[in-house]
Amino acid sequence: MEKENRPIIEFTDVSFKYRAQKDPTLKDINLRIYPGEKILIAGQSGSGKSTLAHMLNALIPCSFGGDMSGTLRVCGQEPAKLGVFGMSQIVGTVLQDTDGQFIALTVGEDLAFALENDEMPQDEMKKRVLDVAKRLELTDFLENAPGELSGGQKQRVSLGGVMACDVKILLFDEPLANLDPATGKNTIALIDEIMKKDDLTVIIIEHRLEDVLYRDVDRIVLMDDGRIVSDMAPDEMLCSDMLVKYGIREPLYISAIKAAGAVIGPQTHPQHIETMDITPYRDKIRSFYEDTAENSLSPEKNLLLSVSDLEFAYDEKRKILNNISFNIYRGEMVALVGKNGAGKSTLASLICGFNKPQKGVIMLNGENIEPLSIKERGEKIGYVMQSPNQMISKPMIMDEVGLGLISRGVPEEEVRERVSEALRVCGLYPFRNWPVSALSFGQKKRVCIASILVMNPDIIILDEPTAGQDYGHYTEIMEFIKEIRDKTGVTIIMITHDMYLMMDYTDRTLVLTDGELLLDAKPYQVLTNSEVCSRAYLKRTSLYDLSVKCGIEDPASFVKAFIDEERKKRSKIKSDSDR
Amino acid sequence: MSRLISYEKKDTPIHRLSGLSKLIFFILWCTASAFTFDTRILLIMVFMVVIIYRIARVKWRQVSAVFGAVMFFMVINLVCIFFFAPYQGCEIYGTRSDIIHLFGNYTLTYEQLFYEFNVFIKYFTVIPAIFIFLTTTNPSELASSLNGVGVPYTISYSLEIALRYIPDIQDEFRRIKNAQQARGIEMSSKGRLTNRIKNTATIIFPLLFSTMERIDVVSNAMELRGFGKKKKRTWYSKRELAPADYCTIIFIVLFFAASMVITFADGNRFYNPFV
Amino acid sequence: MKNKIGIREVVAMGIGTALFVVLTNAQIPLIFVPNTALQPRMAILAFLAAVFGPIVGAVVGLLGHALGDALFYGSVWWSWVFPEAVVGIAVGLFANKFAVKEGRFVSGRNIAMFNIVQVIANAVAWIVVAPVLDIAVYSEPANKVFVQGAFAFLGNIIIVGILGTILLIAYSKIAGRSSELKAED
Repeated sequence: MEKENRPIIEFTDVSFKYRAQKDPTLKDINLRIYPGEKILIAGQSGSGKSTLAHMLNALIPCSFGGDMSGTLRVCGQEPAKLGVFGMSQIVGTVLQDTDGQFIALTVGEDLAFALENDEMPQDEMKKRVLDVAKRLELTDFLENAPGELSGGQKQRVSLGGVMACDVKILLFDEPLANLDPATGKNTIALIDEIMKKDDLTVIIIEHRLEDVLYRDVDRIVLMDDGRIVSDMAPDEMLCSDMLVKYGIREPLYISAIKAAGAVIGPQTHPQHIETMDITPYRDKIRSFYEDTAENSLSPEKNLLLSVSDLEFAYDEKRKILNNISFNIYRGEMVALVGKNGAGKSTLASLICGFNKPQKGVIMLNGENIEPLSIKERGEKIGYVMQSPNQMISKPMIMDEVGLGLISRGVPEEEVRERVSEALRVCGLYPFRNWPVSALSFGQKKRVCIASILVMNPDIIILDEPTAGQDYGHYTEIMEFIKEIRDKTGVTIIMITHDMYLMMDYTDRTLVLTDGELLLDAKPYQVLTNSEVCSRAYLKRTSLYDLSVKCGIEDPASFVKAFIDEERKKRSKIKSDSDR
Repeated sequence: MSRLISYEKKDTPIHRLSGLSKLIFFILWCTASAFTFDTRILLIMVFMVVIIYRIARVKWRQVSAVFGAVMFFMVINLVCIFFFAPYQGCEIYGTRSDIIHLFGNYTLTYEQLFYEFNVFIKYFTVIPAIFIFLTTTNPSELASSLNGVGVPYTISYSLEIALRYIPDIQDEFRRIKNAQQARGIEMSSKGRLTNRIKNTATIIFPLLFSTMERIDVVSNAMELRGFGKKKKRTWYSKRELAPADYCTIIFIVLFFAASMVITFADGNRFYNPFV
Repeated sequence: MKNKIGIREVVAMGIGTALFVVLTNAQIPLIFVPNTALQPRMAILAFLAAVFGPIVGAVVGLLGHALGDALFYGSVWWSWVFPEAVVGIAVGLFANKFAVKEGRFVSGRNIAMFNIVQVIANAVAWIVVAPVLDIAVYSEPANKVFVQGAFAFLGNIIIVGILGTILLIAYSKIAGRSSELKAED
């Protein structure tokens, strides 16, 4: 897209090396961004995209030191000279962690934070805050504390906090990572609206491509290993094989069309499924659908966990959970989904015994587990927290994995054996004598799972196992969990709001909304049910739209066919690589 | 879930005062209560604080749990004082009037009772004041108030951050404790001391490290939004002082001065009814 | 360097205070003497002071103790608030020597120095400052406050010596490895 005016951001031959690292993190970056553009920067973790962002707001080199070469101009100025404070008047950065960015006690104060630091007089500040709050529909929440807001609202506060400074550029660092799908979609729409209204330039760093593309993007800049490997309009990028090559997940409808054997051309405008012209591909997709015959073998079902009529409330005012009943069968992988605050974590905490239900029965292996203590339940039901850093409490891997056994007084000899076994299953045996701190995020996750697995539980409950992970790490963690299930037959329940995870890996989905169980069905049934999706803040899959556009009568079975195909492909790749 | 005392929005004369005047009042009040042992002043203070407590319409359920805890500590402390120094009162007041011999070297005296009564009412000058201060002061105003009494704004702002993140960290603490408990690690009072410390460590360890990560994230966020670049800062939630505030400040300064004068006028902090 | 307050120090004061307050309730009961359970929050105070320096130590001690007592127990025992700051300042003054962030709090020398400093700091705080303030301000019986002070001293040197040392070593190992690399992910 040609623009006549001068670039607002201009990288010329920029390289950067962190002081503590041997190799440069950014290499020969040349990038021009023009006023009013919306740019998506995509890339795997470690590709250098966050480093690039930190150069724009001057955190590099002002807070994180290192050697920089080449020139960078933002609005004609050099960020390194203006400093972080100076740049904050030009570039507004919205961080991934909305709880970290929400610094003040109330919404109003947080919106005012930058203005306070700039010594703006109070009456002017109040006017400005009110104005920003109006634009973001936050006027009713000005006196609310962060704990009283939803994830989407917190994000709007973060956005408002930087907008209060009249910035020219908005920089979003993985804005979707902590949001449920529907809220993520609204966020993207909001960004679009604001940039048009206020005439801003927007840069979004995100690997969830399909969600960002919900609204038009001018260019996608793809990064890998510190370099820009591609810089194209989305329509062209989606037709290439660049995304897959560099570990970014394509939109599902694109994968499906490609899986059907069609070659996508930019002239069909593949950026949005709603407006894409799929006539050239329709026949191929239909025949793909007809070829992948229904071959679902339902495995024999052994009832493991049965929950009936569960009810829970912290106080009389509001029930957190009401009338919850479901069954879990041995060896299943089940997703527990629903918007933030729907009661997912509470349900898990009732099963683990962290809280006691007011009403209802939980049976495990036909036995009522009500009288069991948290510790006793822990031997049968393992719980893995979202961040491995919240669980790991020993510096050495062996000690960490053995912790649960030692605290139960298992003899040392047996502990060593069982720990070794668990480490072998989890592929950590070669690292058994390493300190935990030397491991990657994914490996730490494995340590956490190993430390639960070592107790031979019937069920493992995982809280958001892949939150904030890019496609590569997501696949690594999920393939690992699936492998554990296949090897040991342990039952897996995952709390998640990742629609991909639910689709790619689970056998069944429990949808919670406002404390009630809305639906208990197969993932493809959930993701094609518009009403359930909108009530539970999920997002209907784009495969649904694709199948409707192709005139397929039963979108759910099309989605199922595609999922099955993909799973087959993945396990084939897996077994090939194992060999 | 948490039983901490917290601010509750209401419309009372006390709520309407600015945080700054309440902070000054609170500091001088506590200092006066700490230094004086003049029973008359202490009784007046108890009387006053009870009235303010009523005006502020503090609800009993807001403070009952904490009140129980402090009463427990107070009783233990009073008993301890007696057992460690049964004649502390006699030393202070210079006389000895026995009431009843208890056992061994322990005789209950009027002086001791009176001394411990003073300690007791000291508690009752401060406890309601803390309850009032915490339930009527909007936490958002605290940082600017602290800045208002001369504390550098960087340090004042750390109070705002502390109040902001207490609920988050409390929640994280609870979740980590639960997860570790499921693995069989309990912070109980059973077992040997070294084991108890070890078990506590397994909970504190992850909590501290995730706190250190949080410090990194929050400092980046604050830097990106221009914190600390200028010598001063303004405050969104600072309240202008109203006439009532000036009256409050003048009153407490005078009261403080008067109480100190009365207390120390005779060269002794104690009001002595025994001579 | 360590005596200057940057943004990170301000945040460390704030979030450190919050952590200190939250742990007010997490006590390991020792013997039935008031105020003398083992207090893990003391290990946190020593940790923060050793990492961030004396000002952070002082503020976390003062604010944390005052706020924690007020919120949990509804009373503030000022004569025990100030000694807390004494420990924070004393340990913090040696922050540069401990070199925790630089990854050098693994040598026996630094660990020994930390423990010598913390024992002396705790001795001054709990055997001198706290009882003296108790006597001067609250006119408490001397033998009672010295016994209480001695128990507090013992409890604190144990918890700081064990838990504080473990935490610092572990953090030093992580921080020294790759503190600059964190920005990437």
